[in-house]
Amino acid sequence: MASLGEAVGGFDRVVALAGNPNTGKSTLFNALTGLRQHTGNWPGKTVTRAEGGFQFGGVRYKLVDLPGTYSLLSASQDEEVARNFLLFGKPDCTIVVADASALERNLYLALQVLEITDRVVLAVNLMDEARRRGIEIDTRSLARDLGVPVVPIVARTSENLMALLAEVAGVASGDTVTSPLRSRGTPEFERAVSQLVPRIEAAAPGVPNARWIAIRLLDGDAAVEEALTSGRLVDLVARQQGPDQRFSRKIALQGAQ
Amino acid sequence: MNEPAVPTAAEVVREATALRRSLESGFREEVVTSLYGEVERITRRAVHDAGSKRLDLDQRIDRIVTSRALGLPLMLAILAVVFWLTIVGANVPSQMLATAFFWLEDLAAGAFDRLGVPWWITGFIWHGVYRGLAWVVSVMLPPMAIFFPLFTVLEDLGYLPRVAFNLDFLFKKAGAHGKQALTMAMGFGCNAAGVIATRVIDSPRERLVAILTNNFVPCNGRFPTLIMLATVFVAASFRPAVASLVAAGSVVAIVLVGVFFTLVVSWALSRTILRGEASAFTLELPPYRRPGVLRILYTSLIDRTLFVLWRAVLTAAPAGAVIWLLGNIVVGGESLATRIAEALNPLGWAIGLDGVILLAYIIAIPANEIVVPTMLMVYMSQGMMTDLQSFDQLRTLLVDRHGWTMLTAVNLMLFSLLHNPCATTVITIYKETLSVKWATIGALMPLAIAFIVTFLTATFARLFLGF
Repeated sequence: MASLGEAVGGFDRVVALAGNPNTGKSTLFNALTGLRQHTGNWPGKTVTRAEGGFQFGGVRYKLVDLPGTYSLLSASQDEEVARNFLLFGKPDCTIVVADASALERNLYLALQVLEITDRVVLAVNLMDEARRRGIEIDTRSLARDLGVPVVPIVARTSENLMALLAEVAGVASGDTVTSPLRSRGTPEFERAVSQLVPRIEAAAPGVPNARWIAIRLLDGDAAVEEALTSGRLVDLVARQQGPDQRFSRKIALQGAQ
Repeated sequence: MNEPAVPTAAEVVREATALRRSLESGFREEVVTSLYGEVERITRRAVHDAGSKRLDLDQRIDRIVTSRALGLPLMLAILAVVFWLTIVGANVPSQMLATAFFWLEDLAAGAFDRLGVPWWITGFIWHGVYRGLAWVVSVMLPPMAIFFPLFTVLEDLGYLPRVAFNLDFLFKKAGAHGKQALTMAMGFGCNAAGVIATRVIDSPRERLVAILTNNFVPCNGRFPTLIMLATVFVAASFRPAVASLVAAGSVVAIVLVGVFFTLVVSWALSRTILRGEASAFTLELPPYRRPGVLRILYTSLIDRTLFVLWRAVLTAAPAGAVIWLLGNIVVGGESLATRIAEALNPLGWAIGLDGVILLAYIIAIPANEIVVPTMLMVYMSQGMMTDLQSFDQLRTLLVDRHGWTMLTAVNLMLFSLLHNPCATTVITIYKETLSVKWATIGALMPLAIAFIVTFLTATFARLFLGF
């Protein structure tokens, strides 16, 4: 593995870092890219974006550090940046960083990410703190339940990072096929969703994950409604599928304001 | 002649809205609950925790603190205790500060006189600007120095999210966001801070509702007015032993009136200009934590108390100067202050107040904290703000010489609670919404409500209660 710092251009794959605030996400980002990024993230304060690169197994990866959020359901600015990137930036792999000592709370976001994309690796970070508190985590059971690879790590001391990157490489290349856990609603709700999905696909051709958009529309998500009616959604997808991949960068840059 | 085989995006959204209406209203909660259930099951299988006694204790506390039966009464009790401690604790230091400040004023003014400085310079500086500052510091500093640390303790303990949890069902009925309870709590400290705190609310519609109604919780600038009225008028007829309890009780009552208006106005906004449904939200109840003493003192005294006090000082100094000028510029044998007050009298009478009180409110638009001093200044017709030795004297002055009644006191409390936010808050609303329209509505809507409510209570009291 080699850190590529801020070197831009010529990346083979894009990897996103998502997770709750203060789960050691930026520590992991720094450990992988060799950068020293301060990415403290509080509601209402500036959302800092970080982008860097690393090389692993002869493949060059671009790492995009998304704003730390507790959820992707609502439409506050930083959450929208994270959500838009996961939805339309189509990263080859998303690493969800979780705090081992507060796994339950962190899994809530992980499940929401799984609703959007199935290319996910869960990194259970801060294992050293958890061990000190007498918390043991069965990552195999987690991986079985979630349907995606799970790797325990200590980002601070770079413990187990190679194992993490091996899983990321597998998911990003498509060699590892995941079967993510998706929550089911009530029968009426599922009926409403399946009724909407083909309509969304017809109205916004090429949109990734129409199911997710259907759920958000049923939830009355004004931001998603607006993105759909204003054509911004189609626009985002079209640009993303165009020859240049600047789009993902642009979305990430929006967080820099 | 082409068939619209492809639906437009707007059609899809309409279909989704129709489907949403057809679903049971609680479906979102069900989805969220099932998600949480899933997460809990997964965690239970994967995590083996050897030392979670603390979490058990937290859960046991939460079962009481957030229970249907005890949650709200407990919250009111905590609120009452906080106010009682503030009222009891602030009284003596306030008097001491006032005595010290006014002693210094006499000393300095005397020194200026001996140096041969013209009377109007001495008056403007010491009896105008300085006196405005002295009033504000002595009236505001002690309550803030007690209220803010107590508030920060509750915050650090992790109690505030529980308050939001308890009040959620009320805000939901009003079509507002449950986290509005949090921003409302911040408004007790300062409405401008409360408006900024609405950033935690994700939906723009619900955020606007929270911004526009934040004014209905009395901020620290208005508490001294409320506390004075509660102490002087409501509690005066009780034995001294229980007087402070009665005063705290009436402040709690006026806070409840404020919460009532917050909910009613949120409800009305959600059905008119800010129509929409309340969105579900997930609120993490953080573990209870022992508050760090040093951090609390730092946050509450440096970040909050000094911050708010400095702002008050910045507005009180020019206001003190204006008060002095109005009181000392004489037109046709009467001071400007008296003339304006007389012109405002009919309007003031209609809402159970008088012209002097309205004038005080106009001068205090930059900062509500200086209402009471301004009022007393015009009443005393001495051309400057006055300090009174005791609350008994204040009562005598207002009741015997200026015809105050219980109606005046109650309506003044209501007016103080409901009227327009201070200039800083209005500017903050503009900064947060970047809209002149919402800033204007944020200023004028509460003012209109204040006039309507006080007019109704005054008319009712005069017709049926013989005031």
